[in-house]
Amino acid sequence: MRAFTLLDGLVVPLDRANVDTDAIIPKQFLKSIKRSGFGQNLFDEWRYLDHGEPGQDASNRPKNPDFVLNQPRYQGAQVLLARENFGCGSSREHAPWALEDFGLRALIAPSFADIFYNNCFKNGLLPIVLDAAIVDQLFRETEATPGYALQVDLERQNVTTPAGESFGFDVDAHRKYCLLNGLDDIGLTLQQADKIKAYEERRKAEAPWLFV
Amino acid sequence: MSAQTLYDKLWQSHLVHEEPDGATLLYIDRHLVHEVTSPQAFEGLRLAGRKPRRPAAAVAVPDHNVPTTNRAGGIADPISRLQVETLDQNCADFGIVEFKMEDVRQGIVHVIGPEEGLTLPGMTVVCGDSHTSTHGAFGALAFGIGTSEVEHVLATQCLVTKKSRAMRVNVEGELGHGVTAKDVALAIIGKIGTAGGNGYAIEFAGSAICGLSMEGRMTLCNMAIEAGARAGMVAVDDKTIDYVKGRPYAPTGKQWDQAVDWWRTLVSDADAVFDQEVHMDAAAIVPQVTWGTSPEMVTSVDGRVPDPADAPSEVKRSDWERALAYMGLAANTPIEKIAVDKVFIGSCTNSRIEDLRAAAAVVKGRQKAASVKLAMVVPGSGLVKQQAEQEGLDRIFLAAGFEWRDPGCSMCLAMNADRLEPGERCASTSNRNFEGRQGQGGRTHLVSPAMAAAAAVAGHFVDVRKF
Repeated sequence: MRAFTLLDGLVVPLDRANVDTDAIIPKQFLKSIKRSGFGQNLFDEWRYLDHGEPGQDASNRPKNPDFVLNQPRYQGAQVLLARENFGCGSSREHAPWALEDFGLRALIAPSFADIFYNNCFKNGLLPIVLDAAIVDQLFRETEATPGYALQVDLERQNVTTPAGESFGFDVDAHRKYCLLNGLDDIGLTLQQADKIKAYEERRKAEAPWLFV
Repeated sequence: MSAQTLYDKLWQSHLVHEEPDGATLLYIDRHLVHEVTSPQAFEGLRLAGRKPRRPAAAVAVPDHNVPTTNRAGGIADPISRLQVETLDQNCADFGIVEFKMEDVRQGIVHVIGPEEGLTLPGMTVVCGDSHTSTHGAFGALAFGIGTSEVEHVLATQCLVTKKSRAMRVNVEGELGHGVTAKDVALAIIGKIGTAGGNGYAIEFAGSAICGLSMEGRMTLCNMAIEAGARAGMVAVDDKTIDYVKGRPYAPTGKQWDQAVDWWRTLVSDADAVFDQEVHMDAAAIVPQVTWGTSPEMVTSVDGRVPDPADAPSEVKRSDWERALAYMGLAANTPIEKIAVDKVFIGSCTNSRIEDLRAAAAVVKGRQKAASVKLAMVVPGSGLVKQQAEQEGLDRIFLAAGFEWRDPGCSMCLAMNADRLEPGERCASTSNRNFEGRQGQGGRTHLVSPAMAAAAAVAGHFVDVRKF
């Protein structure tokens, strides 16, 4: 996994609540058995005017000029600004895979759906929860200011605007550690194999029907 | 020890290790696997040279991509076929039991888990699928995970996670005639919103919940994720234990007695404290119909499509406007005036025997409206299908002009060939009415099986209580 430390990234605003993972990456692309290549189909039904199918070259498809990710001023964005309950719906990790593959590194919203939030950290994406009033302010500033970029500092846990205004955010220590160092946690868990074994031994005695 | 919630007890009994900041290594008893969210996890194991720690704890089934007609002909779409073949190969390579497409036990993963006794009270159950919350109906801690965590559980039999806050939704009183667990679930989501359960594990309690069958409790817990909660659960009682008894993977003999002794303790203590409590009056719940593109956009069958001008906030107003435009609906339209093109009875929410019985009871002796292009019934598993056929339900549906299909996820998410065409409107017993969920441009209204059946007969939504 790619580490996340410090980012100075162009912001793209997606002004709708309850953006679900079906919208982030529609189901037909979930048939892939690979982990990469989903970026071209990120928000497929909103981004393109035709119907997309897996395996298709997206470069010649007609784009929806009204969709925010297609607007010239937001090309190269690395920070997605979103509304409440972003990433709700299915557990598909294809959603963070598509966001990351598209080039996004950090997501800011008043709230995220739990499974999606968790999946982001496994893929080098930083989801940041800020108060709804602050998110409102960032929407206004982004829309009013071409080239609007935010600085995201994971170590210090803050987001800084071009005017120098800074907002702190919370992140679990374990997730922060893994993300800062680009670690996937299977290796870390395997270091605790003795504890897992001890649990299994104890549990086998208490609840043997779970181990048949 | 201080009073514990059911969630506390499930959490505590699976805790392998806890860091000072609350990061917990949680042991997983049962890992259900399907073809869509697992290929990259198995690939990850291969790349790292790892093996599943306890292959016997995992059971796999293909469900999302499988066809619901002409099963013997295999899967026509080569990409879908490859995904199912990849699951077959991975299960063979790693020694994981799989109920393959032609096995009578094959079905939707959240139907077959309980049906086979793979889901037991007191277990931690995970699956790379958000509707894993279904299994909480058995007094289990069950939640959906992403593919990285599928790999993590395969490799370590544990997850690194943090405890959620606890919410209890109390539904007291008796449900009216024609009002089902689906209506209760939609009414709860209508009340607390699709983000209302974010960060929580929800316990459903109260006399109305005790009164639900296991099928009804599964429907309710299934929809916990639509309220934003990863996990939903119901305390263990006699119904739970009766349901589990004799299932193929349930314990027997002395181990059964030992298990039941523990399962009986899986209830919240009388004085347990929840971080949040929600109260609902069962008698006030009427059949529900969603009108928009989020499950919280829901109203009663005797209600109307709301007016965005009345939305509680600016963000909601634009969401409602967008939803009405997508759904092709005008504000203030009576719900009963909305005509449907297709009807889908199935999905991990509502494809169990009780659901099919409820739909058949409405359909019996009646005909699908000529204006309804397709009414399809997709049983949740091969065994549900078999039982329904023994009860003659298939003949009722077929005589009424419905299609009787083979088991799978089908048009809940349209990964197989079953889907809506752009602009088509569907009365669906599934769980999500998101844009494009049942096919690009398709318009989904979530309802109970009886309400879906009634809509198929009438050609538009009707109040099943008066039908």
